Amino acid sequence: MKPAPFEYQAPATLQEAIALLAADPEATVIAGGQSLMPVLAFRLATPTMLVDLRRVPGLANIAVGDDGVRLGARVRWRDIEDDQRLEIAHPLLREAVAHVAHYQIRNRGTVGGSLAHADPAAELPGIAVTCEAEITLVGPAGARTIGAEEFFTGPLSTLRQPDEVITELRLPFWPRGRRWAFQEFAQRQGDFALAGIALFYDEDQRGGARNAHVGVIGACDRPHRLTEVEELLNRHPIDDGLIRQVAATAAQAVDPPEDLHAGAGYRRALVATLTERGLRAAARNGGA
Amino acid sequence: MRLNFRLNGNPVEVDVEPRMHLADCLRDELRQTGTHLGCEHGVCGACTVIVDGEAVRSCLMLAVQAEGSGVVAVEGLSTDGALTPLQTAFRKHHALQCGFCTPGMLTTAHALLTEEPDADADRIRSVLSGNLCRCTGYIPIVEAVLEARAAYQNAANHETGKP
Repeated sequence: MKPAPFEYQAPATLQEAIALLAADPEATVIAGGQSLMPVLAFRLATPTMLVDLRRVPGLANIAVGDDGVRLGARVRWRDIEDDQRLEIAHPLLREAVAHVAHYQIRNRGTVGGSLAHADPAAELPGIAVTCEAEITLVGPAGARTIGAEEFFTGPLSTLRQPDEVITELRLPFWPRGRRWAFQEFAQRQGDFALAGIALFYDEDQRGGARNAHVGVIGACDRPHRLTEVEELLNRHPIDDGLIRQVAATAAQAVDPPEDLHAGAGYRRALVATLTERGLRAAARNGGA
Repeated sequence: MRLNFRLNGNPVEVDVEPRMHLADCLRDELRQTGTHLGCEHGVCGACTVIVDGEAVRSCLMLAVQAEGSGVVAVEGLSTDGALTPLQTAFRKHHALQCGFCTPGMLTTAHALLTEEPDADADRIRSVLSGNLCRCTGYIPIVEAVLEARAAYQNAANHETGKP
């Protein structure tokens, strides 16, 4: 349970951090370390060097504006919980983050770390994909911005190159009145979810849903949206009949993994139940 | 790497390998063995210490990341050799049996009540869900933390000048 040896650097600027990463393809980034430290302890990764972002300025800000919510890579779960502005600026984010791990981990775990680690059951990647968020990375060639849906390519796999640092997640503007819900099921509080659903929709003049977005975590190899489900919701008032139909469709729209915690069938059933609970919760969350 | 931080209020200097986590640094280098290591991968909460006022898992933090920080481990909760109100409440309510998880329970509860002296039973349970205890069944632990709130509320009122 001890990591293999590595070198350690805590550069004072982003440019220095990138230069260190570029000089050593086996180097990797650490911030809060709440995902990386267990990976190192189990020796699932044996980097030659850790480049710590703790002294790099400008990565710990939460900005709320007309273009949405910008979360710096070193923003911690605790910072999101403590930021009262987000109750209005992004209630779905706040609700999802309340499910992340435990008290002590929320004091160190970061936005950038969760995105880079890309656990299929992690809450933030699910929110990023569901909300069509953008992830900014900076490497030796400069900055680039990638849509979250593209960014996550599989379990613990992303488009981030070894010499790139995630600097920011931007969640698009959240209009007032939007309906939303986040539901997940884990065996114990703070555990990774066996399945989870994030959803939101706006309402048209006649009480129908529009702009429905539904995303899944846990019951998948990477977070993704359930477009079949979104199409069923759009242009329709959400009543009991539609909720049942949508839940059944959601269960068929996922391709869950089998592991010792749960079989695929159980995870499908969870997706149906959580979708139903989510749509019922959304009727209470938000609205004009 | 040479490393400086404050431990329980006192400056310490120590030479560690970068891969050494903070818990091993406290136990093996600084001989403060009150911090217990259960799982060493961030599941059990036994190694919880307080870094700059916040509860963290010392197995999930490299010692070198504590450079310049103020670390309080279980040894630092009591400064005058007497039990703190939280420790007294743990004793009164039999909130420990084997004692292995107790340092993490105490540091976590101390950080919580310092920040949130009015935390209710649900909040306390939610926070302590990150600390595993295989003996007590948790009920006496929650009772002890609930009782200790009064001391933290008094301290908070004293600071803000409320009666």
